[in-house]
Amino acid sequence: MINATLKQLGVALRAKQISSVELTQLYLDRIATHNPVYNAYITVNAKTSLAQAAAADTLLAAGDAQALTGIPIAQKDIFCAQGWRTTCGSKMLADFIAPYDAHVIEQFNRAGAVNLGKTNMDEFAMGSSNETSYFGPVRNPWNPKAVPGGSSGGAASAVAARLCAAATGTDTGGSIRQPAALCGISGIKPTYGTVSRYGMIAFASSLDQAGPMARSAEDCALMLNVMTGFDERDSTSLQRDKEDYTRDLNKPLTGLRIGLPKEFFAEGLSADVGSRVAEALAEYRKLGATLVEISLPNTRLAVPVYYVLAPAEASSNLSRFDGVRYGYRAPEYTDLADMYEKSRAQGFGEEVKRRIMIGTYVLSHGYYDAYYLQAQKIRRLIAQDFTDAFEQCDVIMGPTSPSTAFNLGEKGDDPVQMYLSDIYTIAVNLAGLPGMSIPCGFGDNTMPVGLQIIGNYFDEARMLNVAHQYQLATDWHSRAPL
Amino acid sequence: MSLSTADVQKVARLARLAMNNTEIEAARSQLSGIFELIAEMQAVDTTDIAPMSHAQDLSQRLRADNVTETNQRELFQSIAPQVESGLYLVPQVIE
Repeated sequence: MINATLKQLGVALRAKQISSVELTQLYLDRIATHNPVYNAYITVNAKTSLAQAAAADTLLAAGDAQALTGIPIAQKDIFCAQGWRTTCGSKMLADFIAPYDAHVIEQFNRAGAVNLGKTNMDEFAMGSSNETSYFGPVRNPWNPKAVPGGSSGGAASAVAARLCAAATGTDTGGSIRQPAALCGISGIKPTYGTVSRYGMIAFASSLDQAGPMARSAEDCALMLNVMTGFDERDSTSLQRDKEDYTRDLNKPLTGLRIGLPKEFFAEGLSADVGSRVAEALAEYRKLGATLVEISLPNTRLAVPVYYVLAPAEASSNLSRFDGVRYGYRAPEYTDLADMYEKSRAQGFGEEVKRRIMIGTYVLSHGYYDAYYLQAQKIRRLIAQDFTDAFEQCDVIMGPTSPSTAFNLGEKGDDPVQMYLSDIYTIAVNLAGLPGMSIPCGFGDNTMPVGLQIIGNYFDEARMLNVAHQYQLATDWHSRAPL
Repeated sequence: MSLSTADVQKVARLARLAMNNTEIEAARSQLSGIFELIAEMQAVDTTDIAPMSHAQDLSQRLRADNVTETNQRELFQSIAPQVESGLYLVPQVIE
């Protein structure tokens, strides 16, 4: 049962082969056993989860079930869920009980899904290894010495270790795709504006986008069906008709044009990752696709541009944490300014403070044009590269991450080394395009390798089709670490 | 690019982050490394390129100017560090 897909679980629940309470308890037991090692969850609330499961069983008994009714889903601890502690991986929100539901949480509640718990993450989603969490690092189920990636590291670890049926993540610079790659699971960041950001704690608002992390592309499609939709409370939510993301899963890939950006296969890519990606591309040729070399000439600028724009937006978004209305307040202070400065200094971790300082600097008087404005201009060049590339191809493929999972502490104290590990994912966020990662084998250290699939705007159904057809022909996605 | 101690102190003050001298020095060294990475941008010719502030070039949606929120003061203040009589308490700022 723990290896079942969401579709299989739905069938089993509706056929009364298992109840939602039994399924939820099964996962809660697994969390109790394995979470002390993986640290994938920050908060579990068995009583609440089981009450939701019992309600789902009532719906199932009445024949009112939808696709995900009764299925236990892990929620990244960046989504406010009413009555649940919602920490965003920070001491700043260590005791914050959310007073309302994020849109994503509402959507899962409406679908009758069970909230299985809140997953660990890099503090305020700032990190690529899950080592910046105030609640301790998450371990990779394929090797507990290795990181799971980040920032949605808890979600990726929980899905891989079978500590949930599927999970939610968020992706500002690669935070769904990179941990999905490092933990050997499937994850998709949809087009910017597709999933509402309401109640999702903000990092960089022009880049943040939520999406599913699951064991297959088909499961991602079912999750996306629940997560997407217009929400007037998010000013950047797009008014589009509701889509069924499973509609194209079974289309053949004959004639599919796959663009290979030459910049993604250059210096910096580990040989083993390069080989697995090449093998995946060979499989796609067998499935009827043709490969086209393309160029994304501004790829190398994506990291510097991102480390201006994302911190700039973060410094603004995180100014709300001042110890007044909610969140951490320092125990001792002399006056109001001192209270702000000490609450923020004590409540935020090192990486968050670093990014707030970068952002404050690039937005400060005299530097705005040279940094922030210049970065926004290059952002347009990067987006234009993709527009040009999609003239020649239907999807773009390449590695998700330059290497497989590295060990905890391995990147040390040099933030620049960590930032460079997101080289292939960041440009997708800057352009606002959908991006996906699926497992395509194992590296020299027997750790999973991820294949990145980048689509044109609103082309998620095609990307899921492309991923699903590969998963019908291969079994990398069904390999389990345990 | 190398930042000075004074630069970092100024940024810390603007960002409302209390930092001691050791922390300022550590931040100076790491931020300098990050700004070296960022400096790669400066060589790019962006004449006549319009800045891209958002992924979708959409105009801001407007709504009717009606009250849509309900009063949830007690709920919201239940999670505040310090409240009294429905007010958020902070150190005295007006003599």
